[in-house]
Amino acid sequence: MSFDEWVLALHVLSAFAYVAGVVLFWMLIVAVRKIDTPEAIIRMEPIVKVGNAAVGIGAVGTILLGIWLAFALDGYAIWDGWIIAALVLWAVAGAVGQRTGAAYMRGMRKAKELDAQGQRGANAELLALNRTSNGVLLHALTSVVVLLILLDMIFKPGA
Amino acid sequence: MTVLAAIRPDSWNFPLFLHVLGAMILVGGLLTGASSLAFARGDARFLRLGYWSLLAVSLPGWVLMRAGAEWVASREGWTKEGVPSPTWLDLGTLIADLGGVILLVSLVVGGVGVYRLRAGKGSGLLKATLVLSTVLLAAYLVAVWAMSGKPD
Repeated sequence: MSFDEWVLALHVLSAFAYVAGVVLFWMLIVAVRKIDTPEAIIRMEPIVKVGNAAVGIGAVGTILLGIWLAFALDGYAIWDGWIIAALVLWAVAGAVGQRTGAAYMRGMRKAKELDAQGQRGANAELLALNRTSNGVLLHALTSVVVLLILLDMIFKPGA
Repeated sequence: MTVLAAIRPDSWNFPLFLHVLGAMILVGGLLTGASSLAFARGDARFLRLGYWSLLAVSLPGWVLMRAGAEWVASREGWTKEGVPSPTWLDLGTLIADLGGVILLVSLVVGGVGVYRLRAGKGSGLLKATLVLSTVLLAAYLVAVWAMSGKPD
């Protein structure tokens, strides 16, 4: 394999990490809707960190290696319409994804507050924070944008 | 400089999209399943979350990935008799099919584990599911590398 072929393989692996993170957060969003105790929310933190790592590695890897490939490969240029579309969609996915994270971290922060106060039982306010419809909507939007990036990468409109 | 992502006929794009989307869902389900099982620390909620991630996400992802793979391979002419297939395709197919069998085994073992969990009999079998899903995750990442880098 040439250097560029390695870069392409790592670019695709980064995309897989990104989508795997998005899928992981969907499962957590579904699971957290039934959780109303601080302890259970806090127990989710290591799984959230795995998701954050996957999305982080995926986001950085796709953009850096993707830009490298746009410059390195014959037949592609950074100003190609489908590449510009991918860059814009990548930025949108990142911005919306950050807002999704912020929406769900309210529940985590509340759980830690309650735990620090020694309140370990079911809490209605915590459950309401975990059932944020804004968070679901934002994650759905992130997923749609990521799906559009995948479509753009495969169909390469205008290429 | 070689053009790595050679121009494909448009008719290959949709089956390729289904193949890649399925593979991404499969890997996402495996990552969720393995993480939930690894960090559950005996909590039944997270053990079940891990198992259901494999059953409700990874399995449909595998079916979509495999169906898309056959479709795109037939479009590319690799399924015709007498046509030699490249190493990356053989490697990807082997890992996908062997991985499918291991996924089914892990689901059966995990299903019994969830049943035993309900009966209060411990989570030993779900630890086996964790090991299998972690091995699968690593194997499928190798498959992704092989399919995208296309080594000779």
